Amino acid sequence: MNSSSSGARPAIEVARVIKVYRRFSHRKQFATLKSALLSRSLIKNLKPDETFTALNDVSLTVPKGRTLGVIGRNGSGKSTLLKLVAGITKPSSGTVKVDGRISALIELGAGFHPEISGRENVFINGIMLGLTKREVAQRFDEIVDFAEMQEFIDAPVKTYSSGMYMRLGFAVAIHVDPDVLLVDEVLAVGDEGFTHKCLDKFAEFKRRGKTILLVTHSLGMVERFCDEALWLDGGRIKGSGDPKRIVGAYVTDVQRKEEDELAAADARAREGADTAVVSPDQPASAVLPDDPTETAAGEGDMFRAAEGRWGSREVEITQVDFHGPDGQPGHVFQSGSRVEVRIHIRAPLPVDDFVVGIGIFNADGTCCYGTNTYIEELAPESLAGDVEATFTIDALDLVEGTYKVDVAVHKIDGYPYDYHRLLHTFRVKSRVKDVGIYRPRHAWRFSGDVRFKDAQPPLSPTPRDRQS
Amino acid sequence: MLHNLAQLPRYRGLIQSLVARELKARYRGSVLGFFWSFINPLLLLLVYTFIFAFVMPAPKGTDPYPLFMFCGLLPWTWFASSLMESSGVLISGGNLIKKVLFPAEVLPIVTVSANMVHFVLALPILVFFLVWYRAPLTFAELACFPLVVAVQFLFTLGCALILSALTVHFRDIRDILSNILTLWFFATPIIYSYQFAPALARRFMNLNPFAHIAISYQEILFFPGPFGHWKWLAALGVVSIVWFLAGYWVFDRLRDTFAEEV
Repeated sequence: MNSSSSGARPAIEVARVIKVYRRFSHRKQFATLKSALLSRSLIKNLKPDETFTALNDVSLTVPKGRTLGVIGRNGSGKSTLLKLVAGITKPSSGTVKVDGRISALIELGAGFHPEISGRENVFINGIMLGLTKREVAQRFDEIVDFAEMQEFIDAPVKTYSSGMYMRLGFAVAIHVDPDVLLVDEVLAVGDEGFTHKCLDKFAEFKRRGKTILLVTHSLGMVERFCDEALWLDGGRIKGSGDPKRIVGAYVTDVQRKEEDELAAADARAREGADTAVVSPDQPASAVLPDDPTETAAGEGDMFRAAEGRWGSREVEITQVDFHGPDGQPGHVFQSGSRVEVRIHIRAPLPVDDFVVGIGIFNADGTCCYGTNTYIEELAPESLAGDVEATFTIDALDLVEGTYKVDVAVHKIDGYPYDYHRLLHTFRVKSRVKDVGIYRPRHAWRFSGDVRFKDAQPPLSPTPRDRQS
Repeated sequence: MLHNLAQLPRYRGLIQSLVARELKARYRGSVLGFFWSFINPLLLLLVYTFIFAFVMPAPKGTDPYPLFMFCGLLPWTWFASSLMESSGVLISGGNLIKKVLFPAEVLPIVTVSANMVHFVLALPILVFFLVWYRAPLTFAELACFPLVVAVQFLFTLGCALILSALTVHFRDIRDILSNILTLWFFATPIIYSYQFAPALARRFMNLNPFAHIAISYQEILFFPGPFGHWKWLAALGVVSIVWFLAGYWVFDRLRDTFAEEV
């Protein structure tokens, strides 16, 4: 991390910190004081059997007045880092130094007692967070106003809704007026309005030169709000620096992992279908429906969302893969990008009656699009040997989600050569969380006095190519 | 450890407000509220008085029996409930330890203090009995009363610190504890008099710290004559200081494990 502010002491300094959590697996089974005493292993039992390294050699410096966003997958050590900085847990090795008063928004209202009133809880919570009674009294009205709790402040906290509880907790914590604010994914508090109020409060903190350490899954917030970003992966720092760059790298990595998962799931699905329907050594005709009525039954299956593969294999689909805008094979695409579906077909004996079809289904099983060469009035003449059919989608205008694909080669009357039912999967990513099935190309235009804040994400889709 | 110990006075305000919260929360919603602090010991006393008036003969040298018993029972209730509650206090306050930067030793201190407040609230009943039975009180003896309270506070706090810290690691302590406390109660001259116990039993009782606390209360409030037990009490005072420091040391050693274990 570039500690640009020279001279002044950094607000947060974490040096080569390792945090090892201990797992007492065997003690959980037998652990009683008695057995420990009997086996004279009281001391031994206090030692761990197994360890888990939550943070491994993490160093970072946050200069005063800067906002650092920490991102990473679940279990990557983000919250552990926050707790270490807050001083709630101690590092196994390394040092953590924080200059100034800390307020940690880790769990809001953690010290609230359900039986007593909100008013009394505000006082006690404030004192717990390091204020004096007088300081709480001075800020009391402000706290209550901020939490929008004027009506209920004298009711016992147990009668509060979870939103009220969190709001009050947030209000107290934020009014401690810390020099260093630690925030752990707490902006999911209350409604839109309150969230904005929280963001405004953070912005005010920034203006006043306070230091903020923010742990979040909201990448947009990191990009908009933070001066620097830190990416944790498996307890190690995988990258740090400019938020846009780090978020971009993180998103790419997440996509790559998803890609691998999808590819693996795809392979499993095909394998399962292959062994379930036709084992390779069996003659295809022995299993396959020659009877047109059975074929019809097979087509009836179309509407059941079961994966499978059937057909006579006189013509065989040997491979199906997706290619992104760069021509590289992949499974995760940005909405609106150009995608090719390449279908490898093998016909050992030439056929003159064939139709190649494709269907795209979303997670609900709704057919988003389906077509075949016959519908599109391509009259078959002959197909022989190894061929490749490429189905090009100029702009994949689908909303974010996982899609399954049917690919089939069959006769004009529906007799299946090779039918792949929902065996292929791809995922569409989008920076805009719109809903529905299809995203028409669109734009917003306003006349008159309409203005939007700059901070809002652009509503028109601006597909950013993460793959390059 | 000494550094942490020096921080303790800074938490005065926090301890005060937490004790107040503890007391408020306990009786919130009950009709009689704070009166339960009087009524509970009174009812317990009635049970014992009934038994020793009608079922069993009262032990020798304890007349008037209700007054005698009350002198030992009130401090015992403070002691025993402090230990029972503090054994679970870190676990029930786990949210604070895990999510807030919070000095954990405040929790057992609050438990012992809150129970002391109950003890103080029940004192008017004791005063009533003292006046009712025209107990032989002298001013010099009464001046020692706060000393006994202070010694008991330190001793109880030492126990509470150790228990609360160890229970985080060994949850079974809570179950063992209730049995130990029952045994301890009968091993302490509360429902019977130390003077009339067999010599052998008295020798064992001398090893029991709480026996000296109970005897001190009884000599000050119940038995006529000068406070002859003061030497024992002074010795126990020194022991209690050491015991408190030892308890704090154990607590401090285990402190870092709390956030991960509770």
